[in-house]
Amino acid sequence: MTWTPTPYRVATRTVETHDTVTLALRPVAESLPAFLPGQFAMIYAHGVGEIPISISAIPGDGTLVHTIRAVGAVSKALHDAEPGTVLGVRGPFGTAWRLDGVEDLLVVAGGIGLAPLRPVLGHPSKHTLLIAGARTPQDLLYQAELTQLSDVDTVLTVDHGDDDWQGRVGFVTEPLASVPLDPERTTALLCGPEPMMRFCARTLLGRGVPAERIQVSLERNMQCGAGLCGHCQLGPLLLCREGPVTGYPVAEPLLLAKEL
Amino acid sequence: MTIPMTDLDALPLLMNLSHTQRAALAGVSRIETYEPGTRLFDEGGLADQCWVVLSGCVMIDAAVPPRGRVTLQSIGPGELLGWSWLVPPYRWHFGATVVSPTRAAVVDTGALRQLADDDPALGYQLSLILIDALLNRLQATRIRLLDLYRNPS
Repeated sequence: MTWTPTPYRVATRTVETHDTVTLALRPVAESLPAFLPGQFAMIYAHGVGEIPISISAIPGDGTLVHTIRAVGAVSKALHDAEPGTVLGVRGPFGTAWRLDGVEDLLVVAGGIGLAPLRPVLGHPSKHTLLIAGARTPQDLLYQAELTQLSDVDTVLTVDHGDDDWQGRVGFVTEPLASVPLDPERTTALLCGPEPMMRFCARTLLGRGVPAERIQVSLERNMQCGAGLCGHCQLGPLLLCREGPVTGYPVAEPLLLAKEL
Repeated sequence: MTIPMTDLDALPLLMNLSHTQRAALAGVSRIETYEPGTRLFDEGGLADQCWVVLSGCVMIDAAVPPRGRVTLQSIGPGELLGWSWLVPPYRWHFGATVVSPTRAAVVDTGALRQLADDDPALGYQLSLILIDALLNRLQATRIRLLDLYRNPS
């Protein structure tokens, strides 16, 4: 592993919502190893800082695709990076979504949590169902793309609709409680705010989905990416190395901790 | 139109009812299909039925001058629409409009109450189903109050 960021140039910048963009990054010279769905990169905005960002698509040609929401100083600098800007990238880091032997794939995403799950939507399964939530219709990521996914049943729901919104209004737990699913065949992948994942996991447990087949993506203050600095520690886990993707049996007590 | 039992047997909502109990429920229900734009009920109207949406989508709304009808909640496949028939004064608190082609089981709630009175075991199971659905709706509404997806900046 190198501690030195590898230069990548912003090839395209796609505006997703009022505060979120997707950047496609091409290597300036050397490429990083291939990323798996669920893994993340440390992306460095020169002169500002470095933050972890999940991979949000895997085109297979060495391009790195990241969806970035402007929240703090570094994410704002990355969000504002125009095509041609050179950024530093380290990675791939962390654990990936475990997809071996998946029969029915249930993907539940909230807000920016859809980004790390986007690469799994093309994974072969007998049946894939996506339930994605957002604050408003304008905050839903990848809307055009999601409506064109032929092999994925999609339920989009927002907290607050508007006059033009023809999708659902409500929290993701509501369709989750009523969609047809076979608990014996379902593997569930959850990503979003931690309370959302807790509530969704509880709904799934209530429907008979075993905890062992529920995976969540946890995030803390990832910095080194190698499990050395300890900034990302959550209970017994160093999330940059033993996360972000974690099985629910391990994650459940950590999600209930008041302070960690 | 009477309800095919296959529709009721497939509903997770009714999974704790026996086939006989589902058949009794079917006896006080009928199938309706609705085109987008159909107004199912208005605030203040008499609440004498409820719906189990089988396919499609219905929006619950409230009139908020001068904003017009503001959507509060959608009801999709497998979900229950309508609670106001449960308690006096049996008037709808909100309104509801169909927004996509919808097929639903429409339950005669007067007949349903009679069924529950005549068969307390069925009545108890129906109560649990209603409480479970209400609890899910209440919890989801509370979670929405958390505004979890807001940008913290």
